[in-house]
Amino acid sequence: MSALRPVSGKYGYGHTSHSLVGFVRPPGYRRAVSEDGFNSGSENGAVLVKARGLSKRFGPLEAVRGIDLDVIRGEVFGLLGPNGAGKSSAMRMLACVSPRSAGSLHVLGMDPDVDGPAIRARIGVVPQLDNLDVDLSVRENLQIYGRYFGLSRARARQRAAELLRFAQLADRADSQVESLSGGMRRRLIVARSLVNDPELLLLDEPTTGLDPQARHQLWDRLYQLKQHGVTQLITTHYMDEAERLCDRLVVMDAGVIAAEGSPAALIKRYSTRDVLELRFASQVSRPTPTELAGFVERVEELPDRLLLYADDGEAALGALHRAGVRPRASLVRRSSLEDVFLRLTGRSLVE
Amino acid sequence: MSGHVRQARVRLPLPRIFPVGCYAGRARVLVLRSALGYRRSWPVLVSGFFEPVFYLFAMGQGLGRLVGDLPGPDGAPISYSAFIAPGLLAASAMNGAVLDSTYNVFFKLRYAKLYDAMLATPLGPTDIALGEIGWALLRGGLYSLGFLSVMGAFGLLGSPWALLALPSALLVGFAFAAVGMAATSFMRSWQDFDLIQLVIMPMFLFATTFFPLGVYPRSLQLVVESLPLFHAVELMRDLTTGVVHAGLLVHVGYFVVMAALGTIVAARRLRALLLC
Repeated sequence: MSALRPVSGKYGYGHTSHSLVGFVRPPGYRRAVSEDGFNSGSENGAVLVKARGLSKRFGPLEAVRGIDLDVIRGEVFGLLGPNGAGKSSAMRMLACVSPRSAGSLHVLGMDPDVDGPAIRARIGVVPQLDNLDVDLSVRENLQIYGRYFGLSRARARQRAAELLRFAQLADRADSQVESLSGGMRRRLIVARSLVNDPELLLLDEPTTGLDPQARHQLWDRLYQLKQHGVTQLITTHYMDEAERLCDRLVVMDAGVIAAEGSPAALIKRYSTRDVLELRFASQVSRPTPTELAGFVERVEELPDRLLLYADDGEAALGALHRAGVRPRASLVRRSSLEDVFLRLTGRSLVE
Repeated sequence: MSGHVRQARVRLPLPRIFPVGCYAGRARVLVLRSALGYRRSWPVLVSGFFEPVFYLFAMGQGLGRLVGDLPGPDGAPISYSAFIAPGLLAASAMNGAVLDSTYNVFFKLRYAKLYDAMLATPLGPTDIALGEIGWALLRGGLYSLGFLSVMGAFGLLGSPWALLALPSALLVGFAFAAVGMAATSFMRSWQDFDLIQLVIMPMFLFATTFFPLGVYPRSLQLVVESLPLFHAVELMRDLTTGVVHAGLLVHVGYFVVMAALGTIVAARRLRALLLC
């Protein structure tokens, strides 16, 4: 790397010294390019992750098959796809814990193959599986993790206190990790990933397995981070999560990128405004897609229902009724990323 | 620039042995982590101290009355207790190190996914290997110190050279911890750990811990002489009885090589398992 590298040691913690006390960053927060030592674009549009033809093979299995990614500073970027799409493999390569099989990859302007530890010093990782340290208390988990990054004892203690407040776990600081609920553990893992004040946060299915309330609490924390300029890359197989959190996302399927854009743009491009869902009493009374083709733009058959795509769902439902189609139940809703995914892959996102 | 920005610590001259980016020079933080973690389960630590002490009483005081004196390293007769105590010292250094570097490491590696969490930081596989070996060593060192104190209290230390038994025990612990961790990296399930017991148990019983090498025919002597615990027992026995000679360096060399090979294999295997 060039002389633009920050002042800390190669594996040392510490880029710029902005305070994350209570996550207050200076107004108009943007880290200057020269301070950060990477320079992949203009100050506001710096590319934090740049992948071209990124691939990962495990023996005969090709988990990631040549994907291109650009994650811009300050945005929340999503990798949406079903289990086995290659999201986690891609994340592991970005987190510098899995060497790529082919293609090029730059994270914070550096190559993970060469500067893995230096990159890891400046990113945060929220893994899919809970790997908190069960031998330690909640507070100690944060403090020791800070020490792994090279924080001094005093700084680690101070940082742990800040993050306990952020994660709303201050009253559980001295509890053993095992006594925490699933949502609390997840918040602690997110807090832990922030201990080095990362410029880029990688979250691998952050809310999988959480109940609705715990998911909302976690989303609030992630939104707060976004407000303070922390760039986030999130994998998920929940379309509501992707729609809620992501500025931009790619839909992954079978190791390749099927589509890319903002949630709204993807829905506009790959789906109609409305979706008409019809359920029938039996397969016999259910019309075939060809019978319905004239009424709507597109028909998808699912085992338990038909999805009819039309810009005006109510009008389509009325026309079908007049034509004598009698579903047992019907529902008109707005298109979602789920419909985009179905259109792109012919399969449901969550099975 | 605020005060919390810290330079990476000076690193040991290892980077050419291990691949680039595998060592951040923070192995001591892992030792700190283990010490914190064990604060709540200190009874586990204490039990490891008593095991060799019980052996010493049962065999040395009990069986020793029937056995009488044995010839020491220099041929002069010593009590049976004085004969087996250094053997138990060596065995406890081995046991402490092997227990920590096998079962505990396997659990952290496969179930707690603790090392995955560490590798999301600048730490590398070599930090993990050295840190875990370091803790096993420290634990083994505490047991050795405790047992040496017991030996002193019972008048079983025949020479000031016995002070060198403590650093020797640390070296022995390092070597066994490193090899134990390397072996653990090849384990697929808990059943495989029976293999470790299959190596440790006979070594404990037959590597001159409880009787001299002379009882074996020459062919078996050669086998026993190749075992690591034999070298540890001989080293401890010569030091605690004050029979100091250049041959001790052979034992020391044996463990230096064993420790180096074990550490290199352990770090490389961790890298292959965790960074894939």
